[in-house]
Amino acid sequence: MIGFAIRRLAALVLTLLAASIVVFLALELLPGDAAQLLLGTEVRPDTLAALRSQLGLDRPAPVRYLEWIGGLAVGDLGISQVYRVPIWEMVRDRLAVSLPLAVLAFVLSTLIALPFGIAAAIRRGRVTDVLVMGFAQIGLAIPNFWFGILLILLFAVQLGWVGAGGFPGWQDGLRPGLQALILPALALALSEAAILSRMVRASMLETLGEDYVRTARAKGLSTRRIVVGHALGNAMIPIATLMGLQFAFLVAGAVIVENVFYLPGLGRLLLQAIFERDLILVRDLVLLLSGFVVLLSFLVDIAYGVIDPRLRRSGG
Amino acid sequence: MKARVPQLWIGGALTGVILLAAILSLFWTPYGIDQQSIADRLQGPSAGHWLGTDMFGRDILSRILGGAGTALTVGLAAIALGLAGGLPLGLAAAMNRDGPADMLIARGADLIFAFPALLSAVLIAAVHGPGAINVVVAVGIFNIAVFARVVRGAALSVMARPFLRAALAMGRPWPSVAVKHLLPNIAGVIAVQATIQFAVAILAEAGLSYLGLGVKPPNPSWGKMLADAQTLLYVDPRQAIFPGLAILWAVLGLNLLGDGLRDFLDPRLRKIRAV
Repeated sequence: MIGFAIRRLAALVLTLLAASIVVFLALELLPGDAAQLLLGTEVRPDTLAALRSQLGLDRPAPVRYLEWIGGLAVGDLGISQVYRVPIWEMVRDRLAVSLPLAVLAFVLSTLIALPFGIAAAIRRGRVTDVLVMGFAQIGLAIPNFWFGILLILLFAVQLGWVGAGGFPGWQDGLRPGLQALILPALALALSEAAILSRMVRASMLETLGEDYVRTARAKGLSTRRIVVGHALGNAMIPIATLMGLQFAFLVAGAVIVENVFYLPGLGRLLLQAIFERDLILVRDLVLLLSGFVVLLSFLVDIAYGVIDPRLRRSGG
Repeated sequence: MKARVPQLWIGGALTGVILLAAILSLFWTPYGIDQQSIADRLQGPSAGHWLGTDMFGRDILSRILGGAGTALTVGLAAIALGLAGGLPLGLAAAMNRDGPADMLIARGADLIFAFPALLSAVLIAAVHGPGAINVVVAVGIFNIAVFARVVRGAALSVMARPFLRAALAMGRPWPSVAVKHLLPNIAGVIAVQATIQFAVAILAEAGLSYLGLGVKPPNPSWGKMLADAQTLLYVDPRQAIFPGLAILWAVLGLNLLGDGLRDFLDPRLRKIRAV
């Protein structure tokens, strides 16, 4: 197990380093640099040169890369050129929106998918199954931003129950904050719930076909006791893995949904950074988000290795 | 072989309609795709404008038809890019099983999967500014990794079968065996994956155009239409319906087609999709 964990950890570090090089090089390809983008083309050369040297852009690329990575390693993300504040402060504030949003969506999708998937598996081929699978197909095909707009249309425009977006912050307690996050979380959760309920159904069907389930049935146990006592635990192993990976996709999906609901999260910050040409901010945010995806799949791998010893041996 | 796969027919029909709409839009739309008529703005459905008009008085049906063309073009280009890279890489990885090339390709795919297509599209948009090409490149690169993995897995399972070993034992060179015996046997798996990735590409195009990073106006895009519609939710909520239905229609059709195709080709493949 230790060897397996070390191999995965090495792969994690290498992937993160490679990702940082990709992000750095992508932004190096730019015609002009961060200073040029900030000041525009109609600028006196000495002003441009002054900003370049202030931003450290006059030094060679490998030096700048190492400085960036060295800063990241000690938690120094640099200073946003547009907002003039340390980037880590912005990230911290925005995480207070993005993280609860992703967690809420994750909880919602699980709450929808578990009963749906189990019901479909138990009543395979019957009306319940067809309805759940139909829901899954529709859920996969509805773009999350359109679903978000429809939710706004129904709950904000027609019914007037909630505002059409925005975020009041957490200073007035949990309630107003959660109220602002519930519709975005639902918009984000739909497609995840669709994928998950398919997985839960498939995994349950497989488990329900095992010998020990047949034995339990022969003993005369009720379906409920078989599902809860015997099948669910085993069926959850592959599902838990998938849920870990789906969480990473929630992070990417949040980039769009935060913009639908005008939530001041990381995704909205990323889009603002692009439109305001704040390249240092874009670079940090993209690496943070992809680093999060890589870290999650690493944790899932490790968890899977703990659960299933056969996986540790494959070099993967 | 009488396979009963309703998804195949439903998905095929839905996809067929989108395909026809896209082809039709190249030659004819009820009005010009970008023909404005401010006097007729924000009209409801009528005999003159079946789906009504938008805030510039443009015919919504014409723009939805044009949007189908955009979505299919972007999707096809992203699939083509993915296949051009992923097919040879996947075959190379399979032939070099557990060798250095295989490991390198696997690590490369891991790296690509670290950037969800949306994130790399955002990165590319930061460099190049908005444009349909961002979507094609971002989804296309992601597709390279997807196809490389699928092709490798499918190729390995075919390579274990006797007829392929026999062809090799007879001294046939690798490339000829790959083209003559391997490719026809993995074409089905590739077709299934391509259909699914097509749906993914259409969703990505819509999402990025919605954010303002994808297709640039005045080119029609379902996602951009929804972004415009959102600004008018209190004025004319109908604007937000038809472009969304068009995306739902296209993605549902392609997903059903992919699922149906997979079940039709090989019921045993059902489990592979889950991974």
